[in-house]
Amino acid sequence: MAVKNRVEMPSQDPEVRRRNFKEVALGYTEEMALEEASRCLNCKNPQCMQGCPVSVDIPGFIKLIKERDYQGAIDIVKATNSLPAVCGRVCPQEIQCESKCILGRRGEPVAIGRLERFVADWEMTNGNSDGPQVCRNGKKVAIVGAGPAGLTCGGDLAKLGYSVTIFESLHEPGGVLMYGIPEFRLPKNIVKKEVDYVKKLGVNIELNFVVGRTLTIDEIFEQGFDAVFVGSGAGLPMFMHIPGENLNGVYSANEYLTRINLMKAYLFPEYDTPIVSGKKVVVVGAGNVAMDSVRCALRLGAEKAMIVYRRGREEMPARAEEIHHAEEEGVEFHLLANPVRILGNDQGWVSGIECIRMELGEPDRSGRRRPIPIPGSEFVMEADTVVMALGTSPNPILVKTTDGLNAHSWGGLVADEHTGRTSRPRVWAGGDAVTGSATVILAMGAGKIAANDIHEYLESGETEW
Amino acid sequence: MNEIIHKEVLTPVTKKIVVNAPLIAEKAKPGQFVMLRIRPEGERIPLTIADYDAEAGTITLIYQEVGFTTIQLGKLGVSDRIMDLAGPLGLPAELPEAGKVVAVGGGVGVAPLLPKCKELHQRGVNLISIIGARSEDLIILEDEMREYSDELHICTDDGSRGFKGFVSDKLKELIEHGLTMDEVIAIGPMLMMKAVCQVTKEYGIKTWVSMNPIMVDGTGMCGACRVSVGGETKFACVDGPMFDGHLVDWTEALRRSNAYREQEQIANERCRCGGGQ
Repeated sequence: MAVKNRVEMPSQDPEVRRRNFKEVALGYTEEMALEEASRCLNCKNPQCMQGCPVSVDIPGFIKLIKERDYQGAIDIVKATNSLPAVCGRVCPQEIQCESKCILGRRGEPVAIGRLERFVADWEMTNGNSDGPQVCRNGKKVAIVGAGPAGLTCGGDLAKLGYSVTIFESLHEPGGVLMYGIPEFRLPKNIVKKEVDYVKKLGVNIELNFVVGRTLTIDEIFEQGFDAVFVGSGAGLPMFMHIPGENLNGVYSANEYLTRINLMKAYLFPEYDTPIVSGKKVVVVGAGNVAMDSVRCALRLGAEKAMIVYRRGREEMPARAEEIHHAEEEGVEFHLLANPVRILGNDQGWVSGIECIRMELGEPDRSGRRRPIPIPGSEFVMEADTVVMALGTSPNPILVKTTDGLNAHSWGGLVADEHTGRTSRPRVWAGGDAVTGSATVILAMGAGKIAANDIHEYLESGETEW
Repeated sequence: MNEIIHKEVLTPVTKKIVVNAPLIAEKAKPGQFVMLRIRPEGERIPLTIADYDAEAGTITLIYQEVGFTTIQLGKLGVSDRIMDLAGPLGLPAELPEAGKVVAVGGGVGVAPLLPKCKELHQRGVNLISIIGARSEDLIILEDEMREYSDELHICTDDGSRGFKGFVSDKLKELIEHGLTMDEVIAIGPMLMMKAVCQVTKEYGIKTWVSMNPIMVDGTGMCGACRVSVGGETKFACVDGPMFDGHLVDWTEALRRSNAYREQEQIANERCRCGGGQ
């Protein structure tokens, strides 16, 4: 018997969307969701759940979609996932839940992410998103950073009765969901509603509070907190340290995206933060952040939006769907090329980028084939804006200001992967602060693991660390 | 929190506000700054903390109305709140425990200079100060600087008060007349700091400057505030804002500070037309 194909999700026409910031993927209608849900076999031993870092009861919620009990479906998702509308949009389901779906062996797996998004969006317009009423247990947990890890950890602990305060350094909660991922992939009103849900669970969020500066972790303990979870992300941008990197018109992807997403520079001068994004934009790197940056460049009016990446197509770390969307929108991919210097005009603005051709050698430690420069193959690409999307590392401020909190030489906090415990008693950590730049859902998974361990530790009255 | 509890007009273009911010006041040290935002559509701007009082729970901010946000900030009055205020950020200034220091301040740069002078005075450091502005009416914080300094020199570009000429010229004159010092702290417009560094470099005098580049988050996240210091890229927000002035690449710093000049003009145009209310 042939397996039915998955239901496609409608999206904005590439020709139109490449010039606007509205959401690209439009979501399932009820009919589409019902048709897609009907493909789920409701396996006795669901493999999909093992692929989910926060263990959502996937067959359970899809079964309720089939029964048109959408409130029931979202309640099941929210039992383990406080940010379903976010996850339905930005999780790499193809390497997680959907990669384990039994249907994937003979055809296309169930579109779990799209169904998750459907029920989350359904609730935002039709449902009752009041949090469960929970009695407070009198214990206080502080969380550093209101990104995916911190919101998840805080939400889970609030559900268990803890009084949770999240300290966020920026003026909006959400972390990378607000400053990093663009509106066209994750609308900011969706993030705000998800954050509101976490607040409804009883979580208190203190904005403009830079832990390490406004108060240190030691001072937070002095205020009577029983535990601290660090989910401060990986905010420090990397540069290549090549000549010309400080020319005007060279941005880190963090700056470029923060100006656009958090500060809404694409609406300047209605919003006060400006951005200078030119006609020929080169983005260096090929991860999701690079795809987000290069697609923003198009929407800001670039005639040519280009990716420069030192490895080949197979090695690009971005999600296949993001690469596909970028290609549809007309992004040029210059693969097996690595910048050696950025060229400037007499005013000190970027005028081009000199690259060298690369070839792939033996696999390196990451398992990907190592790129090797081909001598004498240098060439120049014209450009007026360069965005460095090379990854980020954790901000060193917490390690510098907290006694006994250890980090690896590259900046990531040392934390046990099964518990989230750091070297400092009563301090847990998870997400990009521990792993370096990774995905939203892995950070959420780490937040959940830490919440469980914090609960166990504080319940048992353990004092060993 | 964040209410303005006192406001003073120091010059036609410079205002002083005292803000209720107990957590920041408790932790602030000379040289640190805050990031602020004053409306939902607003940009984040850095302002150096000009004074702080942990007991009263207040910080003092002194700013020149040079761009869209500072002009809007100037329109806030007593009991208005600053919407977003985060800090204290950046590294505190490394100040000597003893010896002789010359503090040089130009224009509104005297404001960030003040907390360092106060601290040096309290430590018993011999402090000679040179402050200047384009003309007499633009001189700020003269009384406070006089209180903390063992000797105060005032300069104006047009000669309407004190020495006629730049603060760097006055410094050069004092050195030529035999003044010696252990180090110089220079804060003000970039061209002024550069000129002071040119003078002190000639005499091999250690000189600290306070960089005030364009910032977005102010916490080390974006790298907008990159400054080349001794051939290395530093982030002014987390590695500074104080750097060895003889190692700063001034040409690059000046160029980077003008990156948004066109957009600033558009925003200021709106300001004059009454936008952003």
